[in-house]
Amino acid sequence: MFPTVLFYVFSVVLVAAALGVILARNPVHSVLLLVLCFFNSAVIWLLLGAEFLGIVLVLVYVGAVLVLLLFVVMMLDINIEEIRKGLAGLWPLAVAVAGFVVFAIINVIVVKHLGGIGLRADLPQPAGYSNTRSLGVALFTRYAYPAEIAASILLVASVAAIVLTLRRRAGGKPQDIARQVAVRAKDRVRIVKMASEKRP
Amino acid sequence: MITLSAVLTLSGILFAIAVAGVFLNRRNIILLLMCIELMLLAVNFNFVAFSRNLNDISGQIFVFFILTVAAAEAAIGLAILVVVFRERRSIDVEDLDTLQG
Repeated sequence: MFPTVLFYVFSVVLVAAALGVILARNPVHSVLLLVLCFFNSAVIWLLLGAEFLGIVLVLVYVGAVLVLLLFVVMMLDINIEEIRKGLAGLWPLAVAVAGFVVFAIINVIVVKHLGGIGLRADLPQPAGYSNTRSLGVALFTRYAYPAEIAASILLVASVAAIVLTLRRRAGGKPQDIARQVAVRAKDRVRIVKMASEKRP
Repeated sequence: MITLSAVLTLSGILFAIAVAGVFLNRRNIILLLMCIELMLLAVNFNFVAFSRNLNDISGQIFVFFILTVAAAEAAIGLAILVVVFRERRSIDVEDLDTLQG
């Protein structure tokens, strides 16, 4: 009973925070509310028994991705009022589309009754069951190749992000390794022949 | 007892909020990226709920991969955003009409 109450409490906070993300005037507030969203989602995933993913959501997503987002928002100097201008008339369309999406999904869930699928989302697990262990076993046996592909996607993404934002400054003095290696003594040293002189 | 339909409804509402956010913040690229993050989160809710409901760990593996791809997408998206801001001094989508057809 208590987990159910917790689920609904955190769901309400999650939906309110998501509304705040899209309605906040200041992008910094939006990012911070998005952090709140992800924390609430992590708690709900813990309640659903996905412990490892809940922790990963906090550590990786909030700790890395959203901090990166916050960093970019604070680094760019954005004129919010100018961007907001002329969008006030769009909210009826937004509400209509969102209402249609909710209607369609609830129609599938409630009216069609999801035939053949059990109703509980938090089936009790046997004693001694470890979510992290079973996830790891599946990830490194059946899904080993997808895991490697995911790893290379991350590598390519980090290289791409670095290459995209790399900026060469004018007037810098970068090393040219190839020229340093190829240099010969006669390029640098000049030997002058001259007669020896008498001591005064 | 947390029912499957409660989780799926929550995920549907979250997705709808994100779709509405795309309409409301149509010109601000940063908020569009954040709405995409919200949509991916909503989809992940479905995977987690069905994974526990059907007692199959594969759903949670897929959440893992979605998180990976979302992190890569956010990194590249923000890098492109920084480059665009450096070139144009603006992140308004409507300023990006060089390839207007």
